[in-house]
Amino acid sequence: MAVASGAYKKALEGDQKPKEVLVKIDRVTKKFDETIAVDDVSLTINKGEIFALLGGSGSGKSTLLRMLAGFERPTEGRIFLDGQDITDMPPYERPINMMFQSYALFPHMTVAQNIAFGLKQDRMSKTEIDERVAEMLKLVQMSQYAKRKPHQLSGGQRQRVALARSLAKSPKLLLLDEPMGALDKKLRSQMQLELVEIIERVGVTCVMVTHDQEEAMTMAERIAIMHLGWIAQIGSPIDIYETPTSRMVCEFIGNVNLFDGRVVEDMEGHALIASPDLERAIYVGHGVTTSVQDKQITYAIRPEKLLVTTEMPTCEYNWSRGKVHDIAYLGGHSVFYVQLPSGKIVQSFVANAERRGARPTWGDEVYVWWEDDSGVALRS
Amino acid sequence: MKSRKLKALMPTGRHAVIGVPFLWLFLFFMLPFFIVLKISFAEADVAIPPYTEIYSFVEQKLQVILNLGNYVMLSEDELYISAYLGSLKMAFISTVLCLVIGFPMAYGIARANKDTQTVLLLLIMMPTWTAILIRVYAWMGILSNNGLLNAFLLHIGVISEPLQILNTNLAVYIGVVYSYLPFMVLPLFANLVKHDLSLLEAGSDLGSTNFNNFWKITVPLAKNGIIAGCMLVFIPVVGEFVIPELLGGPETLMIGKVLWQEFFNNRDWPVASALAVVMLAILIVPIILFNRSQAKELEGKA
Repeated sequence: MAVASGAYKKALEGDQKPKEVLVKIDRVTKKFDETIAVDDVSLTINKGEIFALLGGSGSGKSTLLRMLAGFERPTEGRIFLDGQDITDMPPYERPINMMFQSYALFPHMTVAQNIAFGLKQDRMSKTEIDERVAEMLKLVQMSQYAKRKPHQLSGGQRQRVALARSLAKSPKLLLLDEPMGALDKKLRSQMQLELVEIIERVGVTCVMVTHDQEEAMTMAERIAIMHLGWIAQIGSPIDIYETPTSRMVCEFIGNVNLFDGRVVEDMEGHALIASPDLERAIYVGHGVTTSVQDKQITYAIRPEKLLVTTEMPTCEYNWSRGKVHDIAYLGGHSVFYVQLPSGKIVQSFVANAERRGARPTWGDEVYVWWEDDSGVALRS
Repeated sequence: MKSRKLKALMPTGRHAVIGVPFLWLFLFFMLPFFIVLKISFAEADVAIPPYTEIYSFVEQKLQVILNLGNYVMLSEDELYISAYLGSLKMAFISTVLCLVIGFPMAYGIARANKDTQTVLLLLIMMPTWTAILIRVYAWMGILSNNGLLNAFLLHIGVISEPLQILNTNLAVYIGVVYSYLPFMVLPLFANLVKHDLSLLEAGSDLGSTNFNNFWKITVPLAKNGIIAGCMLVFIPVVGEFVIPELLGGPETLMIGKVLWQEFFNNRDWPVASALAVVMLAILIVPIILFNRSQAKELEGKA
C-alpha cells in the first residue's frame, strides 16, 4: 500500500502549530500487591496527536491506559486532563472514551443502541441521540447495519461500531487498546489507515496501546516505548527507529546488528570503535563523548544499512570479510546472514530489485560494509 | 432402488443412539402420563384398581366411555380452583423471593476468586445431599412454638410470647425458599460467571454508573439464567406436597395437598388424575419457556 500515513506525512512536513498539552501524566506509579506495573512514569500528550504506547506484554502499557480511563487508580502520582486533576475521578465522569481490545460491544443491543448507550447517559433528547447515532454510523460507513446485533457482524465491522461508540460522546481523549488485536493481518493494514483517517477527521486526541511496532509506526505521531513499567524512549517513529537511545529500544524496534566494543579514539568530528567481532575499527562520523573510565560502547547498525558486496571495499574502516551463512528469501527483500571471521553472524537486507540478478549464494566469500553515519553508538 | 429405500428405513447405529433417550422418555414419561390421562376419564369405583375401565369390548363392539365429570367438577368446585390459585401464588411469590435472595448470592459467587468459588458452590449444593424430608423436619424443629427460633427470641426478649410460625403460610414460604434456593442460584451462577467484565467497564467508560450498568447490562445478559432459575423453582413448587404438608396449616391450600387427599383419603383416583392433568396443562407454558431459554443458553447466544 503506497499511502503515506498521516503520522509520517506530518513528521516530514514538520509541525507548524504550537503544541498544546492535553494530558499530563505526572510521576505515576502503579503497584499490584508487590509487583510494580508502572514505575514513576511522566509524560505529556499534546492536543490532536495520536500517541502510541508500545511495549511487550508486562511492560505496563495497558495499566497506564487503564489509569487514563479510570479503571485503575495510580498508587502514586497525578494525571491531569486539560489542566484538571482527574486522578480520583471515576471512569463514568471522565470525558475520555475507550475502544476496547475485544471491542466490548453490548451483545444484547443493536449497533445503533450500542452507539446510543453513552449518549443516553447524558440525558440527551431522543431526536438528538438519533441524529448523533446516524452521524456516527455515517462516519464509520455502517449506516446500513444499524439494526444488526454485534454477533451478526464481521470483525472489521465490529471494530467500526466500537470506534463509533467511543467517538459518539465527542470525548476529549480517545483511548485505543490494541485496536487491531482482533483482526487478521490483511484487514489490519487497511483498518490502520482508515482508523487514522477517521480520528484525524474528528480531530480527537488519541492514545493507543499496542505491541505491534508496525501498527504504532503507521498510526502514531509519537511513540513511547515501554519496558518493565518505565518509558525507555519517546519520539516520532523516525526518531525511534533511526536514533534509538538504548540497546533495549534498538532491539525492540526492528532488526539490528550490535557490536560491543571500546572507544579507542574520540575526537570532536569522529570516533573510532574497536570491536572484538570485527577485524577493522568502526569509524563514526561524530564524537561520542565517552567518560574517561568507561570506554565500553555498543554500535548498532540496521540490516538494511549493512551492505553486502563481492568486491573488497577500498576504505580503511567500516567493513569486514564474511561468508554467506544463510539466505532467507522474503519476496520484497532477502535477508543475508553473513558469518564474520570472528564467528559472529550479521544480518543484511538486500532488496530484490531485479527478478534474477547475479548475487552471492550459500558459502560465498563476501564483504559487508556501511557508511560512516549508518549506525548509532549506544551508551546503554 | 427398492433395497436402498428399505435400507433407509432400517435402524442404524445413529438411530439406536438417539433412540435410547426417546425410549426412556416414552417408557417413563409418556406411558405413565397416558395412564394418568386414561384414569382421569374413568369413574371412581369400589374395586381394585378403584376406577372403572373406560373401554369395553362386548359382542364385537368396542365401547369407549369418556367421563368428563371429573373435569367439570374441577371447574365447578371452588376448593380446587382456589387450590390451583393458592399453588400458583405460592410458587410465584417463592420464585420472586428466591430470585431476590439468589441473584446477589450467584453474583457474589461468580465474582469471587476461583478457590473461594468452589467452596461457596459446595456450600450451596451440600444441603441438597440430605433428603428433603429430613431438612423440612429440621425446619419444624426451628419454627415450632417451643422451637429454636422462638426460644432464641424469647431469650433475648424481643417477644414475650412465642410466635406462631409453624403451620402457617409463612413457614411454607420459608421452607420452599430454603429448599429451592440452590435451583435458583446454580443456573444464575452458570450464566453470570460467563459474563465478559469488560462490558461493565465499557458501560462506565460511556458514562454509566454501576447501578445503571447492573440494570442495563448485567440483568439483560443474565436473562436466560433468570428464566432458567425461575422455572426450576416455579414448576416444582406448583406441585409441591411435602413442604406444605409438614410446615403448612389449615390455611395452606395447595394442589399437591389436595391431590394427595383425593388419592389417599378419598381414594378417588379419577379426580386425582384429572387434577394432575390440569396441573400439567397449566405448567406447559412455563415448561416451554424454560426449554427455550435452555436451548438459547446452550447455543451461547444471548
